[in-house]
Amino acid sequence: MTAVPRAVDARDCAGWLWDAVVAGDEHRATEVVLAAVADGLDTEAVLLDVIGAVQRRVGAEWAANRLTVAQEHAATAINDRVIAALTASSTAPGPRRGRITVACVDGEWHALPARLLAEVLKLRGFHVDYLGAQVPVPHLITHLHSTGPDAVALSGSLATRLPTAHATITACQATGVPVLVGGGAFGADGRYARLLGADFWAPDARTAGDRLAGGPLPRPRGGHQPIDDLPHLNDQEYTMVSRTRGQLVKAAYTGLEARFPVMGRYTEQQREHTAEDLAHIVDFLAAALYTDDDELFTGFLHWTSGVLDARGVPSRFLPPALTLLGAELRDFPRATRILRRAHDQSTRAPGPAERPEHEPGPAA
Amino acid sequence: METSGMVRQPGVRQDAGWAGAPYPVVSVDAAGAVRGLNAAARSLFPAAEAGGTLADACSGWLAEAHGGLAGGATGPVSGLVGDRSFEAHPVGHDDGAVTWWLVEDTDARLARAALRLERERTAVLSEVSSRLLTSLNPERCMQVTAELAAGHLADAAWVIAPGGRRDHPVTRCVRGAEAVHERLAIDPTEVAGLAEALQGFPPVPSRWIEPSSAPSWLLPDGFGEVGSIVVTPLPGHGVPAGALVLLRRTEQRAFSDDEEVFARLFAARAGAAMSAARLFAQQVSITDTLMRELLPPKLHQVDGVEFAGRYRPSLDSERVGGDFYDVHPAAERTAAGAGESLVVLGDVCGKGLEAAVLTGKVRTTLHALLPMASDHRWMLTLLNNALLNTHDTRFVTVVLGSVARVGNEVRLRLTSGGHLPPLVVRTTGEVQEVPAHGTLIGVLPEIEAATAEVVLGPGDTCLLYTDGITEAVGGPLGGEMFGEERLHATLADCAGMPADAVAEHVHMVAAQWIGGGSHDDIALLAITAPRGRHLTSVGGHGRGRHTA
Repeated sequence: MTAVPRAVDARDCAGWLWDAVVAGDEHRATEVVLAAVADGLDTEAVLLDVIGAVQRRVGAEWAANRLTVAQEHAATAINDRVIAALTASSTAPGPRRGRITVACVDGEWHALPARLLAEVLKLRGFHVDYLGAQVPVPHLITHLHSTGPDAVALSGSLATRLPTAHATITACQATGVPVLVGGGAFGADGRYARLLGADFWAPDARTAGDRLAGGPLPRPRGGHQPIDDLPHLNDQEYTMVSRTRGQLVKAAYTGLEARFPVMGRYTEQQREHTAEDLAHIVDFLAAALYTDDDELFTGFLHWTSGVLDARGVPSRFLPPALTLLGAELRDFPRATRILRRAHDQSTRAPGPAERPEHEPGPAA
Repeated sequence: METSGMVRQPGVRQDAGWAGAPYPVVSVDAAGAVRGLNAAARSLFPAAEAGGTLADACSGWLAEAHGGLAGGATGPVSGLVGDRSFEAHPVGHDDGAVTWWLVEDTDARLARAALRLERERTAVLSEVSSRLLTSLNPERCMQVTAELAAGHLADAAWVIAPGGRRDHPVTRCVRGAEAVHERLAIDPTEVAGLAEALQGFPPVPSRWIEPSSAPSWLLPDGFGEVGSIVVTPLPGHGVPAGALVLLRRTEQRAFSDDEEVFARLFAARAGAAMSAARLFAQQVSITDTLMRELLPPKLHQVDGVEFAGRYRPSLDSERVGGDFYDVHPAAERTAAGAGESLVVLGDVCGKGLEAAVLTGKVRTTLHALLPMASDHRWMLTLLNNALLNTHDTRFVTVVLGSVARVGNEVRLRLTSGGHLPPLVVRTTGEVQEVPAHGTLIGVLPEIEAATAEVVLGPGDTCLLYTDGITEAVGGPLGGEMFGEERLHATLADCAGMPADAVAEHVHMVAAQWIGGGSHDDIALLAITAPRGRHLTSVGGHGRGRHTA
């Protein structure tokens, strides 16, 4: 077996870690990371610039169809264990700062960014309760009551989870605990963090660590109601669209089938993928209605057509799908506006593929 | 030319009517001398006489307002006469004289002042209530109480909770500063009235104490001289909630009536909030203790074999349900090779806490039966007997798996008690159903159970799961069952993956299928044989180095 290369350049280390992770070689992945620390790279840099960088690359490779979702899970599982080995070998200082709860928005499957933040905060001397992904809001709130932390750090990568994120943020604040948020779901500029009334938005783990180390976030004042943030929800469009998701998908699917005879020869799996794509579109439409932000939807469509291209799926079905959904939702002014705008943009020549913040795929 | 907005009454000099008008009226000439007063004005200004100046005869503010008229001032002015207040309306005449009509507004003014005070108090009380209601954390409740008390009732406040024998949780706050929470070894009897207040019963009134008699710990650093100290009990709901000690710099020895009312309301709300927080903390601690045995265990590698589980109860508000799993690691490696680890995954019919309680019984029973783990059928028979003898009519489905590492392979013996067949995914992506069949446990006096043997090659995974996966309803169109076929296809994608990634992937695909819909309890357990590559690694860095 080859010797572990000696180097302290985080980018080189990330390259070696990537090779090991893609090969499914947990043992070698661990060696790369431990060697990086032994050679003088500080643990925080290893977490964020080596492991974090690899995880971001995992997301990018998935989008480019060079990794399957399952392979992405395998890579994440290895990174997760690399983190465990790394933190077991390093001596974090005893808690000398406040107590922070780190969790993901419920329904979020990308737990690694939250895990990395939890480890960074531990290294910086915080007392951290890491709850991970799949934490229902009632559990989180019970946890806050029983531990009384100084802040909650909430991570979310999927814009479709923004309504849940909003419910979580207001529930935490109602217990008197300020909420710091981060992750792709909140927008590259943190616009949805502000919209949903988060107390602080951190573009990355370092900023989150710096902010918390700079002193406690002010306690939220009472009396804040979720509807205050989003008066447009009064029109019930979000509720109607999210409640009739299945029917909308069915209607759009049937319409597409009538228009593209090739779909009649689809395999069961192809049908399901098409239905899933349509369901995704409806989910993002619902999120755009929730935030009343057209760009959330158009940005997603721009990105998704790139992903579909990478998978060899023709994105030409997108404009007719939008038209079909528009016909179903003709009585809803905001949905109509968003769909029309998206339709206009999707029929124009697509620009260079760029990664919008609200990607439905993996993000680190 | 008119220079002011006064009402002018051309030609009206004196009319007999105003002398008897119900409002005080003072007539002043252009030079500012009082020309006349009516009866009401004379009784209001007994010293006033015609010919005197307005300032001497009546009041300064009226004289000032009169002077202001020349400068273009208009409209009525207000002022006090004794403890009554008046609004004075000027009525100008052609010769430059002015008649001042005074309208008393004492009652309206007092009512407005009282209303403002009441509004302020209501605002403060509502802030107090909403802030106290936010948290069920005892420490946080004490902090909020201390901050509010220091902000509205005193210059510094202590909140002292009933404590253990040695020390008490205390929070202190000086106005304008952050509250500080700590446990302090204090003797409550050093502060008159504190020990009684902390007992909560019998009820005692607030007690003002001599600052010089207070122990030194009660005086915050740099606070300066303390003028007065009051100890107020916080009424709890049947439990002692604690006491509030207020420190004031002034020597004012008592609350005013208003302050007294406010202090009582404040103490009542703070006490209620703090006792609720204490009760909640006690309940959480009890629940945690009882729940510990019911929660799914954390899984680790055993002898290089990876085990990973996932669990989600059907109800978000609960942490446990009717599904369960356990891994009982093999005993120490002996000369004859490693022993067998026992894996258990099952499903008690029903959901929620009641089902969870039965999972606890089943898990405990199986744990006790570990010495028989070599004979699955016998183990299931004993479990069946145990369940038939309880009052619970619920039945159980369960899979038992004995896992042994043999070289670079893993031998599995799997037996089903009426449970869904385990699946195996090979590194090639081939998915096989393990033919382990048997009857439900806890229904019939006799059970049927067949054990199947499977060998996992390096990187192969065996997945045990509950019907929460296969019967998950949802999908892009809604209302469709996830089903076994999709589970097979999902598992085929997981070829060669670590156990944790397999469990995570299957769980995610099923959860996304469900979307926001309701679902049954879900449990998954993946068993993965160590990948070959690790076996070949040498130099003391071999497999198992990072096993937990």
